[in-house]
Amino acid sequence: MATYVTRRLIQTIGLLFLLSILLFGMVNLAPGGPLAGQGQSRHIAPEKAAILKRQFGLDKPLPVQYVIWLTGNDWMKVDTNGDGVPDGIGTRKGILRGDFGFSFRTRQPVLNEINLRFPNTIYLMSITFIIALALAIPIGILSATRQYSIFDIIATTFSFAGQALPEFWLGLIMILVFYAWLKNPFTGAPLLPSGGMSSADSFVLSDRISHLILPVATGALGWIAWYSRFLRSSLLEILPLDYLRTARAKGLPQRLVLYRHALSNAMIPLVTLIALDLPYIFMGAVFIETIFAWPGMGRLYYQAAIDRDYPLLLAVLIIGAAFIILSNLIADVLYAFLDPRVRYE
Amino acid sequence: MTNQDSNIPLNIDVRGDPEYRQKTAEALDPGNILLKRFRRHPGAMIGMIVLSILIVASLFAFLSHYPVDQSDMSNRLQSPSITHIMGTDALGRDMLTRVLYGGRISLSVGLIVVGIALAIGVPIGALAGYYGGQLDTTLMRLTDVFLSLPAFLVVILLGAIISEGTFPFLKGNSVWTISFVIGILSWMTFARLVRAAFLTIRELDYVTAARSLGSSDLRIIVKHVLPNSIGPIIVEATLEMGYAIVQESGLSFLGFGIQPPTPSWGNLLSNAQENFTKYPWLAIFPGIMIFLSIISVNYIGDGLRDAFDPYKVLETVGEYT
Repeated sequence: MATYVTRRLIQTIGLLFLLSILLFGMVNLAPGGPLAGQGQSRHIAPEKAAILKRQFGLDKPLPVQYVIWLTGNDWMKVDTNGDGVPDGIGTRKGILRGDFGFSFRTRQPVLNEINLRFPNTIYLMSITFIIALALAIPIGILSATRQYSIFDIIATTFSFAGQALPEFWLGLIMILVFYAWLKNPFTGAPLLPSGGMSSADSFVLSDRISHLILPVATGALGWIAWYSRFLRSSLLEILPLDYLRTARAKGLPQRLVLYRHALSNAMIPLVTLIALDLPYIFMGAVFIETIFAWPGMGRLYYQAAIDRDYPLLLAVLIIGAAFIILSNLIADVLYAFLDPRVRYE
Repeated sequence: MTNQDSNIPLNIDVRGDPEYRQKTAEALDPGNILLKRFRRHPGAMIGMIVLSILIVASLFAFLSHYPVDQSDMSNRLQSPSITHIMGTDALGRDMLTRVLYGGRISLSVGLIVVGIALAIGVPIGALAGYYGGQLDTTLMRLTDVFLSLPAFLVVILLGAIISEGTFPFLKGNSVWTISFVIGILSWMTFARLVRAAFLTIRELDYVTAARSLGSSDLRIIVKHVLPNSIGPIIVEATLEMGYAIVQESGLSFLGFGIQPPTPSWGNLLSNAQENFTKYPWLAIFPGIMIFLSIISVNYIGDGLRDAFDPYKVLETVGEYT
């Protein structure tokens, strides 16, 4: 097991290295390099643009730029005033030492921007996800234990529909119904706010919760559909197995057979799936946060894409990729840990 | 499970009766079995009907009295009525016409993406699975790299880059460029599926027989192994079309996909966003279209999966004989 994890960790590092080359290459696909969009939007004169290019080190060949991006330039001479003559020592530390550079738009360190927004996304998405699981697991169990009952038929139909509902449309419909159409019967104000994290300056719990309802409902629906369907089918595979019949024959109450013996086995693939899905739950934040004006990572990424803020985009992509690789690793290890039948060499 | 030579009934007493022989041959025909199983899946049949209606309506969108892209300021922002079934937008354009033309874009992006993903994924999976060894390791590492990308975020990045300027062979945000961007991030499942199928099939005796008869590798891959791994590929291709439609509309919704005035379901929704609480029909109808096409495609995929399930195929054969 330990050797397996070590080998996977080494593979992970190799994978991240390849990914960084790929992503770096993609960002530099932009015609005229990453600064091209900046020049257009801010009407920078060509001479000024050339100076900027030299200051950012964008005049160097791509492989050199990549190495600088990775390891920084504080070990080499750079052209600080952009006149074409190297005249100073660089200040960048490179992403290997946690320096993702400066945002084109705000001129702030990229990591600062991300640190400001990240907690808000974690806050929204973890609540969304916990609620999704809290609803999906009972629905899945009820569907499987009462297969082909009215409840099961309704639940499976809804889960099919839930998976086909795009978040960006569902979000608009939610705002339409709960903000524009339904009103608070006492005050006549919209029933629920249409966006933002809070409207009160200080912390008011009811205000925070009312701002959470729509984005959480929009984000959770698809996941409820997905996990309840998954748990239903994995329970249905397990329920007819012999060991459960034995447990029942030994006089174990149905409740114990279901919750202790069947569910614990059905949960193994579910737990693995959850580990695999975690990064995608955060990616869903792009739509949710854009629609509900939620100041998180998703909206930061969207804004960065509009501004062609390549250092910021690249940082989010690399972090996202690392997150995906890590969750794959965790899923594999969890699976081996939870299921005694799986053994890795 | 599909029988290579379906004219020879296995384990069946033929008794020399030509009619019986004909019937069993029909019963064992893989195509017939598939169709029969598929028809029994109500969701898949309804999905088929709805998707066909959407495709036909989009194809015949030119029959509409209203031009797709000509403003008519005297008729702007009308709510749905007999003359404008889905109302009109801020420039007085008929929404039904635009939604149908948008369907052309969105559905063709779905098809092209699947085509691109198949064209990349199937050869990669086939080469990796058939030859194994070093080639397999290299190709699967490449697949892993692509699988580790936060795909939709990369699609947003590429959409943003492409809308910036002109590339040698990709011009602006057209149907082809958007499909290309989504397609190069969608082939990995196909590569893995095909590889897995090839790994088992290449060991079978009939492949060895073909090889010993002097068939070239290419011939064995294309004529002998690929046809027997077609089931999961078709199922996955169907589902992939659904993802592609969601991704295109999501991308266009964010403004990095198909650019107005060319309508797509995504950018119609995006246009509606400004004032949709006052003019809800602008947001409701394009979304219903996305929803209908995806749920139909998912149900069709579900039906195909059941139809290709080897155990269920045997059941169907059993009913006949």
